[in-house]
Amino acid sequence: MENLISIFVNSVFVGNILLAYFLGMCSYLSVSKNLQTSLGLGLAVTFVMTITTPANWLLYHYLLAPGALSWAGLPDVNLGFLKLVLFIATIAGIVQIVEMVIDRYSQGLYNALGVFLPLITVNCAILGAALFMVERRYTFAETMVYGFGSGLGWLLAIVAMATIMQKLRYADIPEGLQGFGIRMIVTGLMAMAFMLFSGITL
Amino acid sequence: MPKLSKSPTYKAIAEALWQSNPISKQILGICSALAVTVQLKTALVMGLALTFVVAFSNLVISLLRRQIPRNIRIIVEVAVIATLVILADEFLKAFMYDVSKQLSVFVGLIITNCIVMGRAETFAMGNPPWRSFVDGLANGIGYASILVGVAFFRELLGSGKLFGFQIVPESFYAAGYHDMGLMLLAPGAFIMIGLFVWLEHTLLKDK
Repeated sequence: MENLISIFVNSVFVGNILLAYFLGMCSYLSVSKNLQTSLGLGLAVTFVMTITTPANWLLYHYLLAPGALSWAGLPDVNLGFLKLVLFIATIAGIVQIVEMVIDRYSQGLYNALGVFLPLITVNCAILGAALFMVERRYTFAETMVYGFGSGLGWLLAIVAMATIMQKLRYADIPEGLQGFGIRMIVTGLMAMAFMLFSGITL
Repeated sequence: MPKLSKSPTYKAIAEALWQSNPISKQILGICSALAVTVQLKTALVMGLALTFVVAFSNLVISLLRRQIPRNIRIIVEVAVIATLVILADEFLKAFMYDVSKQLSVFVGLIITNCIVMGRAETFAMGNPPWRSFVDGLANGIGYASILVGVAFFRELLGSGKLFGFQIVPESFYAAGYHDMGLMLLAPGAFIMIGLFVWLEHTLLKDK
């Protein structure tokens, strides 16, 4: 249990997938101007990541990992090199299904998240979380916590950025630094703040 | 013979290398860029891997562009790119195992790199193979040059080395010089990119 809590805290703060591993920057930079949109995209990413990371864990460990096919009588087969293709396909498929399901059963949620879902297929944070989960050899329970925590960390970072950008509208920024430049520097300062959590041990 | 600077191939190269150099102008593909810039060596390998992928994916997609049905072009593009990324990944694992361990998941993430997909979609789908190949090459090199630029400063300031060789002399350390630990951490990369963009904006404005 303690292990799970520490994975959760680590994936939200110290090992924040955006601020420490630079994943999901594309959508982060293009969306973080507006608080409402950022919140919507953040929620969509958290939602999709919580579902796809464990799904990819199951597929990897029962189809691709070395020796995973022993249930089919093929203990020597190692399809690990296919994981990139399989993960991308799974993510695209699940995003599509999630979109259809919430469109059918929850119109409110669909209105809030619907536009963001297609964008998410190409969000590298989601593929990144799946690849990290393989590399760090997480168990299934750890993967579930890690997927949710990473999504939440991404949400936190993009919402914080959006609010900072709203404040910065009134700041006097040097001309060459306006726009992209100042956002990178603010992100850097934010990354520093998140790293301070590494002093906390459970 | 027409002037070199008028040929479409030249224009494609110049466009990619300077006028719309991937990171600072297009903001695309910045994802995987930063995590590998702690050392020059990893940044260089990453740049080469990306150049390989984007050049050949442009070539293949351009060759197939009349055969690909419009509705499923994204799937075809992803399939081509994923195949090339797996090739690059397996090659690195076979011949440069140490570097491939350091690059960890970031070679795989070239698949979701917006530059590769963007060039396939906007350039290779509408241009002949040779020009697409050159466009891919130039975009890859433009991207690699920024990676290497960031890595140069991060390695020099962060650990006093370049390509693993000690550059800052021992006497400096004896006199009280310290390496800047911040440069080795994630915030260093963000701030470095921010400063790069500032410099570039200032230079371009003067022109």
